[in-house]
Amino acid sequence: MRLRFWFVMPTWVWMTGLFGAPLAIVFGYSFLTRGYYGGVAKPWTLENYQRLFDPLYATILLRSFIMAFAATGLCLLLAFPAALFISRSVKHKNLYLQLVMLPFWTSFLVRTYAWLFLLRDTGLINTALQKLGIIHSPLPLLYNDGAVLLGLVYAYLPFMVLPIYATLERLDPSLPEAAADLGARPWATLLRVIVPLARPGIIAGAVLVFIPCLGAFLTPDLLGGGRTVLVGNLVQNQFTTGRDWPFGSAVSALLMLLVTLLVWEFLRRETEHLS
Amino acid sequence: MKPILEMRELVKDYPGHRALAGISLSIPQGSFFSLLGPSGCGKTTTLRLVAGFEEPTSGDVLINGEVVNRRKPYERNVSTVFQSYALFPHLSARGNIEFGLRRHGVTEIDSRVEDAIRLVGLIGKEARRPVELSGGERQRVALARSLILAPDVLLLDEPLAALDPKLRKQMRTELKAMQRRVGITFLLVTHDQEEALSMSDQLAVMTEGRIEQIGSPQEVYLHPRTKFVAGFLGAVNWIAGVGIRPEALRLAREAQNHGAKSFPAMVTDLVFLGDCFQVVVRLNSGEEAVAQVHRSSMVFHPGQNVHLCWNPADEITVL
Repeated sequence: MRLRFWFVMPTWVWMTGLFGAPLAIVFGYSFLTRGYYGGVAKPWTLENYQRLFDPLYATILLRSFIMAFAATGLCLLLAFPAALFISRSVKHKNLYLQLVMLPFWTSFLVRTYAWLFLLRDTGLINTALQKLGIIHSPLPLLYNDGAVLLGLVYAYLPFMVLPIYATLERLDPSLPEAAADLGARPWATLLRVIVPLARPGIIAGAVLVFIPCLGAFLTPDLLGGGRTVLVGNLVQNQFTTGRDWPFGSAVSALLMLLVTLLVWEFLRRETEHLS
Repeated sequence: MKPILEMRELVKDYPGHRALAGISLSIPQGSFFSLLGPSGCGKTTTLRLVAGFEEPTSGDVLINGEVVNRRKPYERNVSTVFQSYALFPHLSARGNIEFGLRRHGVTEIDSRVEDAIRLVGLIGKEARRPVELSGGERQRVALARSLILAPDVLLLDEPLAALDPKLRKQMRTELKAMQRRVGITFLLVTHDQEEALSMSDQLAVMTEGRIEQIGSPQEVYLHPRTKFVAGFLGAVNWIAGVGIRPEALRLAREAQNHGAKSFPAMVTDLVFLGDCFQVVVRLNSGEEAVAQVHRSSMVFHPGQNVHLCWNPADEITVL
């Protein structure tokens, strides 16, 4: 009992001190008034929450959710075949896993900048296509929703691949064999046996991708060029150029509430399905 | 009867070793055939080649007279009961049993599923997931799932190995009875000689990727062609160059001379097995032998001088 206490203690202190306290501060700020030079001041108010009912912000929230859903869906479509391939490979399994994790070796910021050099009008892709005579004027690859979606999928794909891989790796190889034996063609085996059994991995991956995508601000900022404002950018702006910390806190609080409710409901349904 | 399953000079190579070194077999329609051998003898590989999970390096597999070497498992009318049963954990017992019928686009699924559930005695357990079923029940689901497709051959890979010993004996009888009732050809793979002897119409004894002998249980047990077959199917004593099974040996106080062979020996050890005694004796030649004798016949003790006797007709002579 005492040993257990000392084992859990560091994590407990860390979580309350460095996670719980800032969260409480953000929540507290959201009920205050903005200061003249940034920061917060009294009196206590609900005005920040009332402002959220402005259709402008509802649109931003909706766009953010759509973007996060799209990125999660696209990640799933790309990650599943990749994870299946890796789990089935015999010789180079570790190499492929290393390749999936390779992007983590450099900074996220550097990697996102690299996409700028690829996608901009004078970037690698447009230059190559023009040199080959396929196009005559540069394609608008950058500073739009497509670029943001691409950046998000690129950034969070490994978080989808790894949990799906983990479930597929544990899958009893005789199950797909049994399916084929009972007359299932490869697609039927995939959809009726492999995908349902990979469900826990798919759920974990979806949650791991969806939540950070919803709060992303760096990718939409750099690849969306300010034209694509998502809720992450909205929060960021309030704390920087907007100098409206209380409103930024209120947006954060609402976002956290929505994510918690959504993921809670999603996981509840999924665990119900399993039992 | 015409063979439902045939193998001709079947060879299977894996990188670095030859799993099958030329297997030829012919299995008549409606029979219960076993492949018996120690682990690594190639019996499971043979089964996988018939199921279509692997392709032969050379040679042919024929089902119903057609060469099926390159056909995928879903293009062959055979079905497998896996050693681990390989039930789909996300489906109920019923979902597992229906699986094959749905893949084949069969209508009127319900009545056939009911029949299969009744055949294997799973009424009332249809809605349960595999984790909620006992080992024996899981095996019944695996059987029903395959039998419902009325395969040309049902392949069984060590189907009783995962069951506890008591249930295993009961399932032997049941499996044999079920095979007679449905009339489907069964090809069973096992390393358990009792299992192969008690269920099969015919069996093939395998070792090192080859078939040592094919025959009825009586033939291979009573007239094994090689020392390996003799030893794998049961205990055997080798005395003066001939083999003799422990149950064919008798112990007597006096030398026997009316047609029986008789050697003086001394009892060295005694093991009580409930229904019988195993008596270890040493002959004057120094050779040791084990005799299995009835409890009631005589009381023995170590150091006692006896005569070891047997009927020459019970002798095993091998190549």
